[in-house]
Amino acid sequence: MGMRTDVTDDIGEELKRPAPHRGRRNWFWRVISESTQAKVGLGVLLFFIAIALLAPWIMPYDPRTSVGEPYEPPSWEHPLGLDDGGVDMVSLLIQGGRVSLVVGFAATLVAVLIGGGIGIIAGYFGGWSDSLLMRITDYFLVIPDLPLAIVVAAVWGPSLSHLIFVIALLLWTTTARIVRAQVKSVRERVYVRRAGSLGASDLRIVFRHVLPQIGPLLAANVVLTVAVAIFDETALTFLGLGDPTAITWGSIITFAFLRTAISAGAWWAVIPAGLCVAFVIMGCFWLGQAIEDALNPRLKVSYLSTRSFRVLKPSAPEDG
Amino acid sequence: MSLLEVRDLHVWFDRPGGERLHAVQGVSLDLDAGDRMGLVGESGCGKTTIVLSLLGLLPPSATVAGDVRFEGESILVDDEETLQLHRWTGISMVFQGAMNALNPVKTVETQIVEPMEFHGTAEGADARRRAGELLELVGIPTDAGARYPHEFSGGMRQRAALAMALACDPKVLLADEPTTALDVMVQAQILELLVALAKELGLALVLVTHDLPVVAQVCDRAAVMYAGEIVETGPMDLLFHAPRHPYTRLLFAATPGLHGQDEVVSIPGTPPRLDREIVGCPFHPRCDRAFDRCRVERPELRWLSEHRRAACHLNDEPAVAGRGGA
Amino acid sequence: MSRVQADPRTPPTANDSDGAPLLEVTDLFATYPVRRGIVGALKRERRRVVRAVDGVTFSLDRGEMLALVGESGCGKTTTAKAVLRLIDPVSGTIRLSGRDITTTPQRQLRPLRKTMQMIYQDPYESLDPRFRVSQVVEEPLAIHGEHRGRGARHGQVVDALTRAELTPPELFADRYPHELSGGQRQRVAIAASLVLGPELLVADEPVSMLDVSVRAGILTLLDRLRRENDMGVLMITHDLSTAAHFADRIAVMYLGRIVEEGPARKVIEDPQHPYTKALLSVVPRRDPRERLAPQILRGETPNPIDVPAGCRFHPRCPVVRDECRATDPELRPVPGAPDHRAACVLIGT
Repeated sequence: MGMRTDVTDDIGEELKRPAPHRGRRNWFWRVISESTQAKVGLGVLLFFIAIALLAPWIMPYDPRTSVGEPYEPPSWEHPLGLDDGGVDMVSLLIQGGRVSLVVGFAATLVAVLIGGGIGIIAGYFGGWSDSLLMRITDYFLVIPDLPLAIVVAAVWGPSLSHLIFVIALLLWTTTARIVRAQVKSVRERVYVRRAGSLGASDLRIVFRHVLPQIGPLLAANVVLTVAVAIFDETALTFLGLGDPTAITWGSIITFAFLRTAISAGAWWAVIPAGLCVAFVIMGCFWLGQAIEDALNPRLKVSYLSTRSFRVLKPSAPEDG
Repeated sequence: MSLLEVRDLHVWFDRPGGERLHAVQGVSLDLDAGDRMGLVGESGCGKTTIVLSLLGLLPPSATVAGDVRFEGESILVDDEETLQLHRWTGISMVFQGAMNALNPVKTVETQIVEPMEFHGTAEGADARRRAGELLELVGIPTDAGARYPHEFSGGMRQRAALAMALACDPKVLLADEPTTALDVMVQAQILELLVALAKELGLALVLVTHDLPVVAQVCDRAAVMYAGEIVETGPMDLLFHAPRHPYTRLLFAATPGLHGQDEVVSIPGTPPRLDREIVGCPFHPRCDRAFDRCRVERPELRWLSEHRRAACHLNDEPAVAGRGGA
Repeated sequence: MSRVQADPRTPPTANDSDGAPLLEVTDLFATYPVRRGIVGALKRERRRVVRAVDGVTFSLDRGEMLALVGESGCGKTTTAKAVLRLIDPVSGTIRLSGRDITTTPQRQLRPLRKTMQMIYQDPYESLDPRFRVSQVVEEPLAIHGEHRGRGARHGQVVDALTRAELTPPELFADRYPHELSGGQRQRVAIAASLVLGPELLVADEPVSMLDVSVRAGILTLLDRLRRENDMGVLMITHDLSTAAHFADRIAVMYLGRIVEEGPARKVIEDPQHPYTKALLSVVPRRDPRERLAPQILRGETPNPIDVPAGCRFHPRCPVVRDECRATDPELRPVPGAPDHRAACVLIGT
């Protein structure tokens, strides 16, 4: 009996099957396929993204040209009516969606890059760099959002890029804290320390071992940050801090408000835009929450469940 | 009538993917007062599931069948009231890793008093006095009761967990891997304590562990488990010197002895999956004495003599078995 | 089924040409600081340290397996980490093949890491769950830039898997760790440490988290590999029986010091230090007929923050004498067995 038999016999039924196509790689697809909530959320997001991408081809009218009377009610040619300037609402919404989504995603990208970078450095290296970066983070957390936005707008002038910048400035801290916490814990995992003892450089460890492990959580965070970014865009534009010439969902609501759409009874000038924002935010939340829940399997087990284990009653004794 | 009787216990677990895991496959055993019985097996053999069933602590994903009787009364029920009647007051348990499961924000004394008050066996000053007695019994200085778990060492915490388990004067004590995470010296202390307590209090002790030498030193008899079923039972002495199941023999052979020059073996292969029906003897793919019958027919756990049971075809075929055993 | 004949150990193979042992540790000290916190600092409390390794000296030859044995807190794991320079020692010398690596900066150590590898205790945590087995074994090659080109590396991976007895290697190469059993994962870890051809292997409790039935296979593998490749193996374990069966020499540690050291059989059969004797007496035996005469020491091992003065074992020693409270004994050879040493005033009396 050779030395090898104890291991070849290890190969049970399972290992005789071909290696699974992707194994752990596609956690994203796993989450999507297993969660209805994720499917709906992603669906909603993809819907709006598709509309934004296909805008040049599907916009019925030019969003800056008047095609009728101010606040004309919805009709067959204009399903959502016209705004105060006689512009078709559907076209406005499509155009607004493009810009709002771009602002939301761009701000999120900047926020995640800054926050992620700071979080990784603080979490991985610890020590004084951690303390320093975390104090900076705390400082930004403490700054009141609105005054900051107002100051930036006042000093640099209102524009979309400034808006993106301000939103990013408000959002990066959350990402930084989450990433730092995760990196700190992953860093202590045995396989990460083992990579270090093999002689791997810090860069390699971060990119090959740490980032993939925090990837899913980062993804959840990104998605949820987009929701907040879009909301912030709406709010800040409403307060007049955005580019007055740009068409965004926020500006649509703002102008409708300023131009007394509500007292004119023109709900179509206000509500659809608000609903668009609400749907995108909900889509983001659903998707983000589904990813987060999938990452935390312990949430599924309820030890305080009122249900009990089942007891099988013995089957009726046979006669004789 | 034995103190604790288990008859044909089956436990299934529903997995998230929809499969059913047959974790315990028809286990029967008896326990009398003063018995010190070991339940031995490697990971996944079902020993912890069995003791959890005895206390009705299985999760909602579990389904059980069979009968468990404590002092004649059936306790394999899903009715909390019936379970509570005997939990802790009749049968109690030191859980695996109990020393890490103590409540960090309550003093040790409070945690010993808690079960007494909950089960109504003592109250107030009476309960506290009794807690003090228990602490002394397990070798913790009485004034240490006012301390918090994090102030204790691992061994002391395990003693505290033991005191908690004894709070309501149980008749049966289930100890699940009580010394696994402890140093060998502390382990010796705890095991000595367990044996002394069992003798002094007349407890029936069930020691669940994968560590054969521990069972050999503490218990007078043991049940060896594999793939959810008991494959052999008997007095410790005979299990080592005259095993009647190849797994028992190989398990002992895989444990290095301190002084002996015996060969140390490993058992090739892995245990069978419990979510599939097992054909033939569950151990046959790894067995060094398997023959044709083992592949097709599942052996029953049969009585070989008054105190011995084994589930192996070799016991039926003395010609094949040679020395009449495994 | 793997079997090991526990015959008298063949002597370790010769050292390298200039006679220096593979690993030489002299007077090693390593500590961990105990955080005082703000309140402590304000109260000007003395800074306390955990004296994890408190003066350790030993050597390891090529092809030899030395077991560092002891209970938790004795400093065996810290010693191993210090030897691999995963933590920095406070003082002392570590020589690898004659070269002093005690204070070498981490950057310069990197190429040396090819020659010293570690096997970790937890096979369920030591492999990156996102890496396939082939990637795990290939990583050391990629880190050190060995064998460029996919084909060459793949060949090394297959070779390492085969040597770790994971055959056929192709079947294992594409798997993820979670598809393998604990024993198989540990073999993957072994393969990954073999692939660079190390001279020194540190195994930290390599089988303590595995089922009993697979332990011998892994230990036998390690044993065979160190003989075939002339590797020195430093095995950390709390299990005296394992050490007795597989190691050439055993060093027993207590509170940061080696208190007894010598050929495995001698330490087990003829222990000299009272701690070793007590420890051996309480190891449970497989045979129920073997009645122990256990010498159960009272209390527990003191905290390495407060090491007792004099002989560190004296508060618990069953044969303590007055001089033990004052003298901190050195390791001295047992009469008649120069390779067997113990740190006790009773030696030689």
